[in-house]
Amino acid sequence: MTGPNDRPGDTADRIPDGPRSRRVRGGPRSRRVRGGPPSRRLRGGPRAGRVRTGVPLALLLPALLGVAFLTFPLIALLVRTPWQSLPEQLTSAAVWQALRLSLLCATAATAVSLVIGVPLAWLLARVDFPGRGVVRALVTLPLVLPPVVGGVALLMALGRNGIVGQWLDAWFGITLPFTTAGVVVAEAFVAMPFLVISVEGTLRAADPRYEEAAATLGASRFTAFRRVTLPLIAPGIAAGAVLAWARALGEFGATITFAGNFPGRTQTMPLAVYLALQSDPEAAIALSLVLLAVSIAVLAGLRDRWMSAG
Amino acid sequence: MSGMWESRMRESVMREARMSGRRGGAHEGPARGPRGLRGPRDHDVHVDSGTAGLDARLVVERGGFRLDVALAVAPGEVVALLGPNGAGKTTALRALAGLTPLTGGHLRLDGTDLDRRPPESRPVGVVFQDYLLFPHLTALDNVAFGPRCHGATKAEARAQAAAWLDRLGLADHAGARPRRLSGGQAQRVALARALATHPRLLLLDEPLAALDARTRLEVRARLRRHLADFEAVAVLVTHDPLDAMVLADRLVVVEQGRVVQEGTPSDIARHPRTDYIAQLVGLNLYRGEADGHTVRLAEGPALTTTEQLSGPVFVAFPPGAVTLHRTRPTGSSARNLWRCEVNGLETHGDQIRADLTGELPLAADLTTVAATELDLHPGAEVWATVKATQTHAYPV
Repeated sequence: MTGPNDRPGDTADRIPDGPRSRRVRGGPRSRRVRGGPPSRRLRGGPRAGRVRTGVPLALLLPALLGVAFLTFPLIALLVRTPWQSLPEQLTSAAVWQALRLSLLCATAATAVSLVIGVPLAWLLARVDFPGRGVVRALVTLPLVLPPVVGGVALLMALGRNGIVGQWLDAWFGITLPFTTAGVVVAEAFVAMPFLVISVEGTLRAADPRYEEAAATLGASRFTAFRRVTLPLIAPGIAAGAVLAWARALGEFGATITFAGNFPGRTQTMPLAVYLALQSDPEAAIALSLVLLAVSIAVLAGLRDRWMSAG
Repeated sequence: MSGMWESRMRESVMREARMSGRRGGAHEGPARGPRGLRGPRDHDVHVDSGTAGLDARLVVERGGFRLDVALAVAPGEVVALLGPNGAGKTTALRALAGLTPLTGGHLRLDGTDLDRRPPESRPVGVVFQDYLLFPHLTALDNVAFGPRCHGATKAEARAQAAAWLDRLGLADHAGARPRRLSGGQAQRVALARALATHPRLLLLDEPLAALDARTRLEVRARLRRHLADFEAVAVLVTHDPLDAMVLADRLVVVEQGRVVQEGTPSDIARHPRTDYIAQLVGLNLYRGEADGHTVRLAEGPALTTTEQLSGPVFVAFPPGAVTLHRTRPTGSSARNLWRCEVNGLETHGDQIRADLTGELPLAADLTTVAATELDLHPGAEVWATVKATQTHAYPV
C-alpha cells in the first residue's frame, strides 16, 4: 500500500510547481535522477503514508479517544459560551472581584512556596541527613492528599481552636481561617509540593561540583547557593513556580474547607464558578472561560520547556 | 595516541639518559627553558615541617579503598601525582582542597594546620578537570568571583580579574560566557580564577585531559610557563606521563592509593620500579639478583648488563633496543639472546610493537618493513637479542 500511495502523492505535490517540475518528470531516466528535491519527497507521501499505516488500530483508537476525551469538554465549553452576553458577564464587579482575589492569592501562595520551598528542596537534594526519605515523603504528601482533607487538617492545626491556631489567636490576635490570608495558606499547602518536587529534581540534575568550585574560591555554602546554584537552577525554579501558581489558582477543596466562601474575601474563581453554576450557569461558563484562558497562557509560557521535549 | 606520547617521552628520556643514540629529533621534549631561571629544580626538594610549603600525609578511607599518600612540596615547586585511573589521585587532590575529609594523617601548609578547615577558608586554588566555570557568569565575573568572596568590592574584584585575564592573554575574552570559549581559553580562565585568590597551594586536576591533541601541545607549553611563574606550591594530578614530565619538577607515582615511586621525571623514567611506570615510559622492566655484569631474573634467564652491581636490582631496556631474528643468529655479539614466541602485534606510532612470550616476556619495536621481512605473525617463533649496552640496571 505504501508504494502505490507514495507516487501519486509525490506527483500531486509537484504539479503546482509549474512547467519546470513537469519537465523533470519527462522521461523515466530524468525522473530517476532528478525526482524532485529530496526534502519535498520526505515531507510528502512516504512519511504521511507511514503514519497512517504503521500504527496498530488497537493503539490508535484508544489514543484518539483519549484526545477527544481531553479536548471535547473544552470545545463544549466554547460552544455553549453565551458570546453575546459575555462582555457583560466579564465586566461584572463580582467576576473581577473573584478574579482579582484569585490572582492575588495564587501569587502570594507561590511567593510563600518559593521562600520556604526552594530552601527545602535544596535541603532534600544536597544534605544527606537521617530520615531524608521520610521527610521527602511527608513533604510531598499534600500532592496526593485530597485537598479537602488538607483543609480539615489545616483547620485542626491553624483553626481558632487548632493546636497552633489557638496560640496565634491568644497571643497575637491572628486568625487565619475564613480570611484572605487563610486562602493563601490553603493554596500554599496544596501547591508547594509541586514546587519542591520540581526544584529538587532540577537541583539533583545540576552539577554539585559547581558548589565545590565556589567553595574553593572562598564562598560559604550560602554564598555558593545564592551566587552559583540559584542562577543555575533558575529555569527549574521558574517552571516549579508556574506549576505551583497554576495549582494554587485552581485550588478548591482546601480553600473552601479552611477559608470558606465569602465573596470579596475568600471567594476565589473556582469557588465562584461552583456557586454560579447553581444559580446562573451562564456566569459559570463565563468564569470558566476566564480560567481556561489563564491556563492556556500558562501553558504557552511553559511551551519551550515541556512541549518541545518530544 | 597514547603510544605516540609514550614513544615521544621515551625519546626524551633516552636522550636524557644517553642510553640510545638511535633516535633523536627536535620534539617537544622537556627542554627546560625559563624554569632554569627559577633556581634549583632537580634537588633540594626536602621540606621541613613547620616551614614554608606543603607537608601532608593524606589518609582517606572509603569503602574498601584506602588512600595513604605523603607529600612534601616546597614553594615554587610543581609536583605531579601520576597514576592509573582509580589510583586515588583525585581523592588526594580533593583532600588537599578540603572537599573530601581526611580520615587520618595531617595537612600543613606554610606551617598552618589545614585539615580541620572547610574548603572556603583554605588558601587553596583549584583548576578542575572540566574547569567548572560558572556558565551564567562571564569570564571576567568568573575570575572576580574569588576576590568578591574574599571581601573585595565589585569594582575592585573586577579590576583584579581584568588584570589576571590580561596576564593570561585573555583580555579580549573578558565579556565572553564560558560556552563561547575554546578549551584552551577556558582552561586559562579557570587558571586565572584559581590564581585570583592568591592561593598558597594551587591544585590542578588533569589540567589537559579535556583538550584535543592539537590544542594540548600549545596549552601544555603555556601552562608550564604559568606554573613556572607561580611562587607557591603547585600540585597537579594526571594519568598522562608526558603531561607530568613536561609540567612538573617532581613526580609522585600513585598506585592503588599508595606512593610507589617518586623522583624527578628523568629519574623515574630511567629507573621505573613498577610495571605500570615501565609501561608508561615504554620500557621492559625486570627484577632480579645481580652478580657483577650478570643479573639472574627471579623467573627466567639471566641478563648481561654493563653496570656492575650486586644484590637485588631492576633491569630495564626500551623495546626499540630489541632485535628480532627468525633463526638463531650466529656470530652475533649480543649476549642477551632468548627464544620467544610472538603473542601479538600492534601498530605503535609509525612502528610495529611485538608482544613476545617465551624465555623472557618482552615488548619489541620494529619497523613495518622489518616486520614484513621477518614474516611475523602471532605464534611465530623468533629469537630476540639485546645488547648489554642497551640495558640499564639499578639497585632496587
